[in-house]
Amino acid sequence: MTTFIWIAAVVVLIGIYLSWTAGRLDRLHARIDAARAALDAQLLRRASVAQEIGTSGVLDPAASIVLYQAAHAARQAPEDGREVAESELTQALRATLGEREQVDAVGAAPGGEQTLAELTAAVRRVPMARRFHNDAVRAARAVRRHRLVRYFRLAGHAPFPLAFEMDDEPPAVLGAPHTAA
Amino acid sequence: MRIGIVCPYAWDVPGGVQFHIRDLAEHLLSRGHHVSVLAPADDGTPLPPYVVSAGRAVPVPYNGSVARLNFGFLSAARVRRWLQHGAFDVIHIHEPASPSLGLLSCWAARGPIVATFHTSNPRSRAMIAAYPILQPALEKISARIAVSEYARRTLVEHLGGDAVVIPNGVDVDFFARAEPKAAWQSQAEGAGDEGGARPGATIGFIGRIDEPRKGLPVLMRALPAILAEVPDARLLVAGRGDEEEAVAALAPELRRHVEFLGMVSDEDKARLLRSVDLYVAPNTGGESFGIILVEAMSAGAAVLASDLDAFAQVLDQGEAGELFANEDADALAAAAVRLLRDPARLAELRERGSRHVRRFDWSTVGADILAVYETVTEGAEPGRSVAADEPAGRTAQDYGG
Repeated sequence: MTTFIWIAAVVVLIGIYLSWTAGRLDRLHARIDAARAALDAQLLRRASVAQEIGTSGVLDPAASIVLYQAAHAARQAPEDGREVAESELTQALRATLGEREQVDAVGAAPGGEQTLAELTAAVRRVPMARRFHNDAVRAARAVRRHRLVRYFRLAGHAPFPLAFEMDDEPPAVLGAPHTAA
Repeated sequence: MRIGIVCPYAWDVPGGVQFHIRDLAEHLLSRGHHVSVLAPADDGTPLPPYVVSAGRAVPVPYNGSVARLNFGFLSAARVRRWLQHGAFDVIHIHEPASPSLGLLSCWAARGPIVATFHTSNPRSRAMIAAYPILQPALEKISARIAVSEYARRTLVEHLGGDAVVIPNGVDVDFFARAEPKAAWQSQAEGAGDEGGARPGATIGFIGRIDEPRKGLPVLMRALPAILAEVPDARLLVAGRGDEEEAVAALAPELRRHVEFLGMVSDEDKARLLRSVDLYVAPNTGGESFGIILVEAMSAGAAVLASDLDAFAQVLDQGEAGELFANEDADALAAAAVRLLRDPARLAELRERGSRHVRRFDWSTVGADILAVYETVTEGAEPGRSVAADEPAGRTAQDYGG
């Protein structure tokens, strides 16, 4: 009889642990979804502002085409080509807005100050959102690697979380806007 | 935005984290946000209107020193009540890994959570043992902030994951506008020693006198060599501690070159930093940021600091202030003498520091922190704010069944 009680107790404890872990995992997946939504929003904002600058005619024609093309590609990229397309937009931004004069030219156009402020915010927030996303991915992966989680399939049908890898180094002039005295 | 901030240390005890939270809260309030700070405080302590007491902090030995912490059912209940009443869009927890209010709120809350890691403690045994306990709480944090690249590196090594670096903020203009005090300044006119130092050149030090990590002993060892070269230099020391003990190792005839100012007010601190020819930060370790260097630069002081990782970063790897080999009194003396004899270089450091320090101003730092808040709330389900957490198991059943 005592053995039975012990076994029952252990089974109940394991059950509680599994249920708790499943709850944890569910939350982590929700956190990844939220982080991904935030990252998407920031990427889209960045591409929109870049496209605006590309079509505004403020920059020289060559720079305008490069920027417009990269922004367009980033917005249209299929899921599996997204990281590459966004990285290319980053590089295009660095190439076209790498120097103070070009940034000042954008700022001098009507409404340019506003556009620059939006772009500055976007290139600052994309790396932030990406770090938060990848941090959530890492936390979820750490839990999903547990043996119990795998044996009992606690993760359900949720796909294995993948980090979002891209080049998000902002143009030096925009990335450190606060160094300007 | 409705913002809840959790302070892990007693509100009535002065400390870097508390000051940071106070300034952050006031900055956010001035920008029109709703802010509530949950902090340990003795009942009866006068608190600013935006601070809610989480009860008295209990002094317990932790991590090699006596820390005043909050724990237990009573504190946990207060945290839950604060969360329920606040209906925050985001909560910002400071030091979530310390066994105090930070960890309690991390445990008790759900929804968008931002956390700032201030210290960069080497991995302690308690942390390793507590890892399985900490992890479920820490993995709720949607966004991590580290106060320096150095703090971020320790965080990544110890807990994995990643963080964005946002430095601590300073009200640069408060220091820049302070009025210099003649008694703490060197004389502008007249010849100094033959080396070119100004007569009565002043060196400043601010920090606890009896805390060896703040480095006053290193500076005291360097002082005889400095005075040998710049005989009328004066050292002005502001901070708490035993003054007799601090000068005990110094030859009696040199002691008159050291002036103790005791604890100084914020205003006097700013005036002191505005007045001195050279500010020396000889800290030997345990610094994850170095707010005092930022304050010194804000006041336009030329800075000479030990080459701790955190200091080197604040000083832009030696661009905005000079660095000397940590704990090396000879190197400190040599650098101080060279600088005091070179007013042009001092002026250059002042100018560079004042330009560099703008990135630490609250206007910049506050905007960055708000950007983090907006990033984490943006992804969250609309209308869903921070709430007290139910036990995870129940959520799991809701989810699974």
